Amino acid sequence: MDILIQQIVSGLATGGIYASLALALVMIYQATDVVNFAQGNMAMFSTYLAWSLLQAGVPYWLTFGATVVIAFVGGLLIERVVIRPVEGAPILTVVIVTLGLLVIFTSIAGWIYSYIQKPFPSPFPSEPIKIGNIVFGAHDLGAIGITLIMLVLLFLFFRYTTLGLAMRAAAQNPVSSRLCGIRVSWMLGLGWGLAAAFGAVAGMMVAPVVFLDPNMMGGIQIYAFAAATVGGFTSPLGAVVGGFLVGVTENLVGTYVSFIGTELKLTVALAMIIIVLLVKPSGLFGRTTVRRV
Amino acid sequence: MPALLEAQDLEAQYGWTKVLHGLSFAVEAGGITTILGANGAGKTTTLRAVCQMVKTGGQVRFDGGRIDGKSTEDIVRLGIAHTPEGRGTFVDLTVEENLRLGAYARRDRSGLAADYAKIYEYFPVLAQRRRQQAGTLSGGEQQMLAVARGLMLRPRLLLLDEPSLGLAPLVVREIFRIVRAINQEEGVSVLLVEQNAAMALDLADHAYLLETGRVVMSGPAADLKKDDAIRRSYLGY
Repeated sequence: MDILIQQIVSGLATGGIYASLALALVMIYQATDVVNFAQGNMAMFSTYLAWSLLQAGVPYWLTFGATVVIAFVGGLLIERVVIRPVEGAPILTVVIVTLGLLVIFTSIAGWIYSYIQKPFPSPFPSEPIKIGNIVFGAHDLGAIGITLIMLVLLFLFFRYTTLGLAMRAAAQNPVSSRLCGIRVSWMLGLGWGLAAAFGAVAGMMVAPVVFLDPNMMGGIQIYAFAAATVGGFTSPLGAVVGGFLVGVTENLVGTYVSFIGTELKLTVALAMIIIVLLVKPSGLFGRTTVRRV
Repeated sequence: MPALLEAQDLEAQYGWTKVLHGLSFAVEAGGITTILGANGAGKTTTLRAVCQMVKTGGQVRFDGGRIDGKSTEDIVRLGIAHTPEGRGTFVDLTVEENLRLGAYARRDRSGLAADYAKIYEYFPVLAQRRRQQAGTLSGGEQQMLAVARGLMLRPRLLLLDEPSLGLAPLVVREIFRIVRAINQEEGVSVLLVEQNAAMALDLADHAYLLETGRVVMSGPAADLKKDDAIRRSYLGY
């Protein structure tokens, strides 16, 4: 029983990281209908920037804030410079561009920082927290908390601010949005900026666990895809629930199904993607639009 | 009275195809002007050209200043609300959110609450459905929402694209009644594009007849209504 609870909590912790990245994916998908394959590697690159700041002696939480801001500006710039020229192009074109970005970020990170793994600090205490017989990693609990805080902030932003509403509108109906005076093209840029900021948080939360290297987000991005698919690509809440679900499932299956172990864990994510697409393609929380014609 | 909106030699094209061949027309401040024409005459394109949503040539003046060459978003900010063909509903958002978006570009944000109240007074059905997803509204309700969304800008000019399209006659009559009320009570000038010539001529005080991208006739609505050719071709009696 103790092992079960422990596995669930550590599943929730990795799930929180998948959830953050899935949130970023969903945000860009909602704003532009495009899945950004470079999301994970943008996050990886932001984490390297954070590492550089920490090396320069900047305190952790200041680094955290600065990295989020830099990532936001960077995401916005990438949209303006690289994505905007292909804005009206077929979706496949944009997807290929994001794949190009993925390769570019990996290479640049490798070139600047080398491919040798680097340790990345956690802001949370290293002593585990013990409740009864069960031991929780403080970093695990912290990562879960940060994911939840981000979800709440995002929800409040999209639900209650005019800018958030305008972003949703621009994603849904660009022509009508323009007629409402919304600068649609900037809304897409903002979406990319926000997504990059969220990705940066995911990167900084995962790096203490997997160590920092240019390919650290590879597997995590697949889990994030699984999370977004399970929860529904149109629902930020779904992305978070999906992330936790994928994290816990992966952990439990890895622990209790002996032939899967750690080696076949990633397969679980892929299996979840396929099952969800077969059974409920819009995901658990995805909205199928009701329309009267 | 000087014209609020004035187009001179307005041209528009989609790709290589020219759709408007040098239109000139004006909308008087405080008036209702209508542009009539059959399918494909270029009515919708005329409105789109005013808002620079298509490639255009010629001059458009609003309140004396040139607006051709400006972006659509900036033109909206000058106080021109465009209720587009097909209503342009944000189907996944609620009725209330649709209205909030209508007010997005508004400079003067005072009196916003009062304006919501006024809109719900003009369109009581929208008040009942304010928390409902807009895509679930009926066609007539969505048309009302489209007009209401435009009004939330507190515009000086309302461009209305075929509000009667696909709606039951009773609903159309209701919408036209509201448009007239808005024109008279709020002083919003209206440029109405319509196929339903009879109703449009009853509502408008000035009218233009469009054929294949050219103005073939214009004058006070009452005069056009009496014209034999118009009566036969567009009014059908």
